[in-house]
Amino acid sequence: MVKRLQPFDVFNILLLLLFSATVLYPFIYMISVSLSSSAYIMRGEVTLLPKGFTTHVYETIFNSSRIVTGYKNTIMYVVFGTTISLVLTTMAAYSLARKTLVMRKQITFFIIFTMLFNGGMIPTFLVVRSIGLLDTIWAMVLPTAISAWNLFVMRTFFQGMPVELEESGNMDGLGDIGVLTRIILPLSKPVLATIGLFYGVAIWNNFFSALLYLRDSELFPLQVVIRQLVMMGIITTEGQNSDEMEVDQAVKFATIIIGTLPIIMTYPFLQKYFVKGVLIGSVKG
Amino acid sequence: MRGMQKLKRDKIFLLLLLPTILYYVIFKYMPMFGIVISFKQYEVFKGIWESDWVGLKHYITFFQSPSAWNLIRNTFLIGFYSLIFGFPAPIILALLLNELRQNGLKRVFQSLSYLPHFISIVVVTSMATMFLSPTNGIVNELLGFLGIDPIPFMQKASWFRTIYVSTGIWQEVGWGSIIYLAALTTIDPQLYDAAEMDGASRGKKMWHITIPGIMPAIVILLILRVGNIIDIGFEKVYLLYNPATYETADILSTYVYRTGLVAGNFSYGAAIDVFSGVIGLIFVVTVNHIARKVGENSLW
Repeated sequence: MVKRLQPFDVFNILLLLLFSATVLYPFIYMISVSLSSSAYIMRGEVTLLPKGFTTHVYETIFNSSRIVTGYKNTIMYVVFGTTISLVLTTMAAYSLARKTLVMRKQITFFIIFTMLFNGGMIPTFLVVRSIGLLDTIWAMVLPTAISAWNLFVMRTFFQGMPVELEESGNMDGLGDIGVLTRIILPLSKPVLATIGLFYGVAIWNNFFSALLYLRDSELFPLQVVIRQLVMMGIITTEGQNSDEMEVDQAVKFATIIIGTLPIIMTYPFLQKYFVKGVLIGSVKG
Repeated sequence: MRGMQKLKRDKIFLLLLLPTILYYVIFKYMPMFGIVISFKQYEVFKGIWESDWVGLKHYITFFQSPSAWNLIRNTFLIGFYSLIFGFPAPIILALLLNELRQNGLKRVFQSLSYLPHFISIVVVTSMATMFLSPTNGIVNELLGFLGIDPIPFMQKASWFRTIYVSTGIWQEVGWGSIIYLAALTTIDPQLYDAAEMDGASRGKKMWHITIPGIMPAIVILLILRVGNIIDIGFEKVYLLYNPATYETADILSTYVYRTGLVAGNFSYGAAIDVFSGVIGLIFVVTVNHIARKVGENSLW
């Protein structure tokens, strides 16, 4: 059945195109400015595509030890943190998915309650400090290690698996752990990918923990470096001239771009899994 | 001894849960007990338990301070504006996407709309700061093109809420629409066919079928949002505000950060933490109570 394009359709498409432009244009603009030479930026001539193409600012950035250190730190936190978070969440979710688990209700409430009320910023800071996490890599990993939301999404997923899987595993002589690692986990790759990506993105983007728990600039993640650069400006390089400000703008945009690139590059994967994740989560367990 | 037998049977599963329970005890429940410092004069050398009791002193100091009312008002207003502008936006986007008949195009728009959700708050606020800069921001260049003098948006208290709410919509509208798009797929297509035979227009179909079809989702999500109304991200306000905009931007959590954490008045800060936590809890519990009633009614 062929449907004719009505005026409303045209209006609707235009509106959604406009919306898409507001999502995409900021990124295109930042990329173009960061790849243009300073004369064009200064005259405000860069609007859509780069003018006087140069990768100069990217060279500056990758020669800046602050940014390189930040990048390395963030990658380390993401790899380490996602691993810990995913392992702990999977273990807990698998156990909580068992309807017969002793004290299941109490444990669930124990976790849900923390979504409703928490001690707040200062008492949490004091705990983190008292157990000696300040200015360590653990400060970026442990205080946010488990998200109750992710835990319940995963639990709901495990609950949807047929009990027969476990029974057949047991008949084949597998213990409880064997059933989990040999049968359940291989079948759970989509949910593991979803939750892993959620944790990874959250750690990549985490600014709060660094602000509160890190003082040592050698440990600063990329987000803190981006923030400092945009606010205070300028990677200290020798020989900055009159168009300092415009180059400065390009440097800031370039920093934002390289800080966001991994997210944009993994986006097709994120896309594929996260909608499923959200929808699993919205079904009551 | 049935309890013991169960414990024994589930030994391995409890062991798997143990690290998670430890996590919650250390990072969530210990801070809850740490709230006692709001009733004490916390001194680093004495520690939490040895510090002297001062009763409600810090709470009274806060409520008598000139900033208290302003902080509470700002917290509620930012939450309120985010709700009234931020809540309908994803519904509208979902309805527009739903009316789109070109499936390929629909998928492209949809994928693009989620993208900002994954961008860090640091990046979003940095972009806002730079685009709105009075010296070389693109927004002011555009305004200059129209003959309008540059506006120092980030330095104006009157612009803060607008910037906060609009960047929030930009970032979350697509993500928020997912749940409504899912709800839309549950509407029985026969309803549309029947309406078509009765000669209903598209507007009528939307009004009488589509919107009622997603109404339960709208009601539930609205209730949840109201429950979290004062749950405003500390990070975003912290990253967007500056002393020039404190008047409209400073909220309870940013004040706790500055006066409690940075300045080292841990007890005073903790008292405000407790106050805002209790208000938040009251909201969530009340609203969940209402949700349960609405849930019962919607069975009819």
